[in-house]
Amino acid sequence: MEREKKERILSLLVSNKPDVLARVAGTLGGRGYNIETLCVDATLDPKVSKIILTTIADQPTLTKIEKQLMKLIDVQKVTDLTKMATVMREMMLVRMRLTDKNKADVALIIDTFRGRVVTLNGDHCVIEISGMREEIEKALQSLTPLGIDDMARTGIIALERTK
Amino acid sequence: MKIKGSQILIQALKQEGVDVIFGYPGGAVIDIYDELHKGNIRHILVRHEQGAVHAADGYARASGKVGVALVTSGPGASNTVTGIANAHLDSIPIVVFTGQVPTSLIGTDAFQEVDIIGITRPCTKHNFQVRRVEELTRTISEAFHIARSDRPGPVLIDLPKDVMNAMAEYTPSSFRDEEEPQPRPPSKKAFQVLDMLSEAKNPLILSGGGIILGGASQELREMAWRTKTPVTSTLMGLGAFPGTDPLWLGMPGMHGTYYANMAISHCDLMITLGCRFDDRVTGKIDTFARNAKIVHVDVDPSSINKNVMIDVPIVSDCKSALRSFNQLLKEKNFTVTGDQRREWLGLIDGWKRDVPLSYCRSDEVIKPQFVIETLYELTRGGNTIITTEVGQNQMWAAQFYKYDYPNTFLSSGGLGTMGYGFPAAIGAQLAHPDKLVVDIAGDGSIQMNIQELATAVQYKIPVKIVILNNGYLGMVRQWQELFYEKRYSHTDMTHAPDFVKLAEAYGLTGFRTGKPAEVEKVLRRGISTPGPVIMDFQVAREECVYPMVKPGGPIHEMTLGSREMVN
Repeated sequence: MEREKKERILSLLVSNKPDVLARVAGTLGGRGYNIETLCVDATLDPKVSKIILTTIADQPTLTKIEKQLMKLIDVQKVTDLTKMATVMREMMLVRMRLTDKNKADVALIIDTFRGRVVTLNGDHCVIEISGMREEIEKALQSLTPLGIDDMARTGIIALERTK
Repeated sequence: MKIKGSQILIQALKQEGVDVIFGYPGGAVIDIYDELHKGNIRHILVRHEQGAVHAADGYARASGKVGVALVTSGPGASNTVTGIANAHLDSIPIVVFTGQVPTSLIGTDAFQEVDIIGITRPCTKHNFQVRRVEELTRTISEAFHIARSDRPGPVLIDLPKDVMNAMAEYTPSSFRDEEEPQPRPPSKKAFQVLDMLSEAKNPLILSGGGIILGGASQELREMAWRTKTPVTSTLMGLGAFPGTDPLWLGMPGMHGTYYANMAISHCDLMITLGCRFDDRVTGKIDTFARNAKIVHVDVDPSSINKNVMIDVPIVSDCKSALRSFNQLLKEKNFTVTGDQRREWLGLIDGWKRDVPLSYCRSDEVIKPQFVIETLYELTRGGNTIITTEVGQNQMWAAQFYKYDYPNTFLSSGGLGTMGYGFPAAIGAQLAHPDKLVVDIAGDGSIQMNIQELATAVQYKIPVKIVILNNGYLGMVRQWQELFYEKRYSHTDMTHAPDFVKLAEAYGLTGFRTGKPAEVEKVLRRGISTPGPVIMDFQVAREECVYPMVKPGGPIHEMTLGSREMVN
């Protein structure tokens, strides 16, 4: 058994009902497990939602979490994506004030991380960057000294590469 | 033809076979009570909503059917929480209906509004709020199905007032439980267990509440007898295996028998059936069954490898697993000779001789254990249901009464709810009007739902209450004696009502004695007096429950009390 505590990604298929998220969050929180990131939206079937969450746990703890989640009536399937071949992404929006001094550096960072400017209002811009979690962290580190107004991150989403 | 939501509710309950509801009216459920006024389903008016849920729970444990409670919104709903959590931890199938403010007022902090769905989410197996009358029938049948299927548990249905007044067609729900599982061919794992059992020198069965909930007592007995394997059982599993059988070891754990705890510590194979390895059973996990390979059969996968690491996990209900295993034993013509078990059963008999369950007898003061022993002698034979409160009374009832039949010992195991036993006894008595139902109580616990005396009197429910009255919150006092240098902080309960006068005030009969010589006489009179009865036994004040394993200690290290106790 893998005893290392690390970030684990769970993908849940649940009934698309108002209080299902509360049940899932409560099941983890009530037993002392922390949700690091969380993403929810409907699937191709509007009656079913997909919740992708990450938590930091060792393998035995993760197994306990999976079993507890499976006991919820509204949870149909729990998949541990950590061990699977997946595409994994996180997106970040960053609002910055552009000045003559930082303009060139911001442009360089956007280019390096394959981001783009979504809006430009006067001297304010909103930048969109997506990628692996580590890339997002690095981009954030690079942008921080240039003066960030505010930012928002989606948390991780992931999808199996093949069926 | 369209009928009101409240009428649909009654129809659906009848379709589920509900014959009694424990409840308490209020504004949000007044329309349902208007339907009940027609007398179509029996309703027992309790005196506190917690009592309604415990009564439904006691009814469910005694009958094996789903218990039902009905309460109003707000405080009515929030008063059910302890009862629901109690049923949740012991996996008892009940359905609790709560009234709710009209849908248009939900979320406005209306009068008597609480978010009971949010409050009970972590202590129900599932809960529902019915927002449209069209969903009512389906929701009810789904709730009953969820409550009784797999690992059973409590389900709550929240009913907004306007939904009860809305009109809809009633069409019986087509939602059906699966057929009872057919005997399956023995799995690979059954063969594996058979091999392990053939090779084991010191095998042991640890059975739990799952055997009782799964109706697998007969199958358990068959397996134990055929393989000559001794059986110990958790508090929740008492009665599944006969308490008078030579292979019976009594309960293990914190207040388990010396020989059950020693057997667990010395066995080389432990077959665990429907038990979740509660900390009160295991003591220190690292040393629990340290010499044994452990097989664990449980219907709930989340119970497996949760507290104790398992060598052979089997996800199945106990009945199917045992049937398949017994079938295999028959096919293979598996027999165990006396010789094969001589050493192991001899070792166990030695432990039983050395340290039997015992206490210092007295002619001067009533020993609480003596009351239970005498009660057992007077009521043995399977026509008695014992319920307990929580604490010393519960442990002595588990140790000194021998349960030969399942569903005859009802006790709050997981949550440890003081005040459970009396309302549960009311529920059990309604499930079995012909049986004798006795609540073994302490003077502290009985006061936690004492108001239900009025219920028992009103409906002539002939429950007998045996109070082991030591004027203390006895179990906490015991811990204070043993671990806190006798600092009896707030455990003295001598300021209690006169229970005989209290009985009379409520309109039932009360007896009291403080003399050992009168114990049998009072019990006989109490049992033979028609209607509900309180028997107040003034017992030795500072008696302790032994054996005792220190909290968190290894279960083979037991305090046995003074050595002269060992007789």
